[in-house]
Amino acid sequence: MKGLHFWGAPLLSVLMLLAFLAVWHAGTLPQTGVQVVDPEYAKLVGAEAATGRKSAFPTPAEVGRKLWGHLTDPFYDKGPNDKGIGIHLAYSIARVAAGYLLAALVAIPIGFLIGMSPLAYRAFDPFIQVLKPISPLAWMPLALFTLQDSAVSAVFVIFICSMWPMLINTAFGVSSVRREWLNVAKTLEVSALRKAVRVILPAAAPTIMTGMRISIGIAWLVIVAAEMLVGGTGIGYFVWNEWNNLSIANIVSGILAIGLVGMILDQLLARLTQLVTFPE
Amino acid sequence: MNDALIRVDGITKRYAAGRDGASTVFEDLHFAIEPGEFVCLIGHSGCGKTTILNILAGLEPATEGYVFVGGREIRGPSLDRAVIFQGHALMPWLTTVGNIAFAVASRWPKWTGSQVRSHCQEYIDLVNLSGAEKKRPAELSGGMKQRVGIARALAIQPKILLMDEPFSALDALTRGMLQEEVLRICAETRQTAFMITHDVDEAILLADKIILMTNGPGAKIAEIVVNTLPRTRTRHTLHKEPHYYPIRNHLVDFLVSRSRRFNEALPADYDPRHPPLVAPGRDEPPATSGSLRHDKSMVVNVKTLKEPSASLASSK
Repeated sequence: MKGLHFWGAPLLSVLMLLAFLAVWHAGTLPQTGVQVVDPEYAKLVGAEAATGRKSAFPTPAEVGRKLWGHLTDPFYDKGPNDKGIGIHLAYSIARVAAGYLLAALVAIPIGFLIGMSPLAYRAFDPFIQVLKPISPLAWMPLALFTLQDSAVSAVFVIFICSMWPMLINTAFGVSSVRREWLNVAKTLEVSALRKAVRVILPAAAPTIMTGMRISIGIAWLVIVAAEMLVGGTGIGYFVWNEWNNLSIANIVSGILAIGLVGMILDQLLARLTQLVTFPE
Repeated sequence: MNDALIRVDGITKRYAAGRDGASTVFEDLHFAIEPGEFVCLIGHSGCGKTTILNILAGLEPATEGYVFVGGREIRGPSLDRAVIFQGHALMPWLTTVGNIAFAVASRWPKWTGSQVRSHCQEYIDLVNLSGAEKKRPAELSGGMKQRVGIARALAIQPKILLMDEPFSALDALTRGMLQEEVLRICAETRQTAFMITHDVDEAILLADKIILMTNGPGAKIAEIVVNTLPRTRTRHTLHKEPHYYPIRNHLVDFLVSRSRRFNEALPADYDPRHPPLVAPGRDEPPATSGSLRHDKSMVVNVKTLKEPSASLASSK
């Protein structure tokens, strides 16, 4: 019973994956009979698919082969339009890291100050409420015009979209530190700086980290879209470029890579959150 | 009066409450605490007990009046006045020793790490928490948490210890043990202390003087009861002391009926600057409330025999 309890969920996951692959495989099997295909489309997808005998969508095995190729040689560089998926991922991660860390450096101190002062909280609130729902990509033209550089613009877009969850959560965490802990600090005549570092920061840390976790998720969502617009390098550009190449197998590989990296980033932040969380 | 460590001079608390104008929680309170004295304040909820303690701690301003500590008017909180909060108020991300060290390092910022640690250890041993140094509050029982709170307050060696119903959230057994320890520690260190409580037996066990508050709004100090039991009293021998029942009946009687009626019919000679000092059992009972009080105390007496640890909550 205990064995089933432990292995039940992973077993079910594997079964679901196999079922999915089986449906995929069945759906992409070469079909018998002749189908009439638009000649323009036939030119694009190649002879085999054009006759309708083979689906334009790759089989699981084809994607598997492509994936294996990416995994065994992730870092090759054969000119601007043919780089390994590892290089593209590295570019994307570097952009996210730069924009995200900049946002943390700005948002957490400002959030701290806003949280400490109810007046500042109310004064900043309308701006935050208006700026928060803006789609990060809407900033893109403005960023391209002002910053005059596509690489910097991508980082800026990450910066602006990572800001708000961190800012809001920091301000909320700081403003809702329990009165009794502040009273303890008061009766001990603790200086403002020591109070901020030794009492407010640890008390608000779990809330701040939750904001940081939301931010990293948004940043990773946005970088793919931003790189499709900006072009040149990055996993978003890779996916878009493979669309232009009409290599569906590569697109699927790219999508998988995006999912995996996103999961790893989220888990990383989840671990960090656990480190600063205290049981009540 | 001049050598009092703490002198409370006419403090009043009012809140601006909507259209009906200001509401007065308590007004014109005068009392003093001598060095080494243990003073309890007892009254129903709503008479502003916690507010009084917060004013003494400097966490809240009084609307009117002053508080003097060592002859100087207080302005805000100070390391001279340590507070033991009702809900322990420990920082859950710090260990036992971390919580105490935070206070010690605030008191003596120039101390080295090892000085702070050895000082903390001394107070951890004092409250019998040896072995739990590295535990976080979540791993400690309610009683142990409150011990950490006591150690943290005592470790800064305050001139006065302020306690806001420190044992009210604990079970009866733990409460009794901690009361005896506080009694022992305060006796050993000659600690001046001020405690808010609603437990009559707790007040009799710990206090040298018991301040009785009338019900709010507009609460006043009705009288100050002098505890005539010897200072060697313990929880187990308390009820055998000759003055125990007169004092206890006096207190319960006050809480049950007189605290409510006191404001309606103020005695003619009542002076808020010098509330009457009574010592039930030693003095004649004060003449202010007549024979009715005796009847009442008989009723209460029967009840208290059945229920030795009757607190305010159960006597209501």
